Amino acid sequence: MTDAPIEEIGPSHKTAFNHKGPRLGDPIFAGISRIFGLALIGMLFAILVVLVHAAWPSIEQFGFAFIPSTTWNPVTNEFGAWPAIVGTLVSSCVAMLFAIPISFGIAVFITEIAPPSIGSALGRLIELMAGIPSIIFGMWGLLVFAPFLARHVQPPIIEAFAGVPLLGTIFGPPPIGIGVFTAGIILAIMTIPLITAVMRDVILSVPTVMREAAYGIGCTRFEVVRLVLVPAGRIGLVGAVILGLGRALGETMAVTFVIGNAHNISASLFMPGTTISATIANEFTEATGTLYPAALMELGIILFVITIIVLALSRLMLRATTL
Amino acid sequence: MIRRISDLIFSLLCLLAVIIGLGFLFAIIYALVERGLPAFWTYPVFTESVPPPNEPGGLLNAIVGSLIITGLGMAMAIPFGVLIATYMTEFGAESRLSSAIRFFNDVLLSAPSILLGLFVYAFLVGPLGGYSALSGAVALALIAIPMIVRTTDGVLQLLPREIREAAVALGVPRWKVTVLIVWRAALGGIITAILLATARIAGETAPLLFTAFSNNFLSFDLTEPMGNLPVVMFNFALSPYQNWQDLAWAASLLITVTILAMSIIARLIVGRRM
Repeated sequence: MTDAPIEEIGPSHKTAFNHKGPRLGDPIFAGISRIFGLALIGMLFAILVVLVHAAWPSIEQFGFAFIPSTTWNPVTNEFGAWPAIVGTLVSSCVAMLFAIPISFGIAVFITEIAPPSIGSALGRLIELMAGIPSIIFGMWGLLVFAPFLARHVQPPIIEAFAGVPLLGTIFGPPPIGIGVFTAGIILAIMTIPLITAVMRDVILSVPTVMREAAYGIGCTRFEVVRLVLVPAGRIGLVGAVILGLGRALGETMAVTFVIGNAHNISASLFMPGTTISATIANEFTEATGTLYPAALMELGIILFVITIIVLALSRLMLRATTL
Repeated sequence: MIRRISDLIFSLLCLLAVIIGLGFLFAIIYALVERGLPAFWTYPVFTESVPPPNEPGGLLNAIVGSLIITGLGMAMAIPFGVLIATYMTEFGAESRLSSAIRFFNDVLLSAPSILLGLFVYAFLVGPLGGYSALSGAVALALIAIPMIVRTTDGVLQLLPREIREAAVALGVPRWKVTVLIVWRAALGGIITAILLATARIAGETAPLLFTAFSNNFLSFDLTEPMGNLPVVMFNFALSPYQNWQDLAWAASLLITVTILAMSIIARLIVGRRM
């Protein structure tokens, strides 16, 4: 009598978890997912191998001279990376000069100054801004922002610094709107949401007890930020900046529109220049022969190496920030 | 007194930073709406393909192409990304392979997207004999995979250990635990990961420039170049023709609204689950 229900829920009962025979499912499933995981690692090495292979004619032809050479002449098949490397670094540094104070200000405002409801709403708005594709920033930069700079911002700056020894050169004419300076600002606008979001997380990760103790002994907000939050989160804050720098260095579309695409190194920030990614985006589809595309591939490898170093640095610093 | 004043100045500077940041955001949104919206009435955006200079036309082929390339890219990336994340948390947890995958995934995540375009060009476009929608989709998949792995990995790690142990204790094979319990419990998070990755690759331009290339006609052939919104924007925004620039703005409004909608939905899913 009591046997019947046990028989019913015994091994013959059909449930989703029922199984019969040897368990092949587990090794197969584990094996497949493992292969996919290995494929991911393989992919990264494939990228390196394929890029080096594609760049080989250029590596063979120019050797290490490729990096310091300033000549970029597709007609005579002479290629050098220096203007693109300098343009990449300078435009990203200009971007950081603008992005760091603004991102830090927004992050402090969101976490320390604004009431929580406004702070979190602002935070969400900034996160949405991070989702806007970079080509939109580039287009806006070229068609709206650059003409505005050329008309209203650059002429007064040039005038103000004319004749001043160093600054007069850096902010020298012409006020044409597009150039390294504009590219830097567009990159700054693009990286502000990212840097702000990370800085906000870093500031929030400082234990509440620490800031309450500081407020408790009568510190003002400025003093709490300066004496408690910044020292406690300094590594994370620097990590946030380097993360933004890594993004700026590799960014293509936001820059390609506004930098002017000239293989020059100019003393003036208002002059057109180029970056590694902008050069590749602009010239790759038109690159003929074997040496020209190979040189562009080699530029790509240099960019890869630069961004990997920068981002590894930022991850090390952000990891150390967990208090 | 000086402390009060410096505190006030500091707070005002922070407020100024917020105003500058939001100012740029609104300036960009304003330009998109002001220049992009009228084009939807003056041009047959959804019904005709891209026109020659100074002739009427729309974006039909680019919209269809973007949908196909993005969809195909995601179709490749989703199984890859979810399975890799599953391996890291369910099968190889705490193994050295797992942490190696996590590390290399982060490297891939931070690789500039134009490099993935170069890679796919050298790896696929040459051997396949020319630009094709398929290679464009592969390039986008390479961008989406590390994003899906990262987010899914995070979601799976948050699931309580007990739900797995409870099922395993009942004698359920691991793969069924994974498919029927772990994936089902993490479904919201996985969908969020997919939405965010889709939003990201929908606007990617650099990797498509020399993979999918462009095409002025409506095409469904995956082995041929295919028009797509980002490359149309790139080509048209840099052109001197008024109708091309108008269509570039229309395309950017369309793509921005789509992406913002996707990321808002993704955030709503996450918010509801928490």
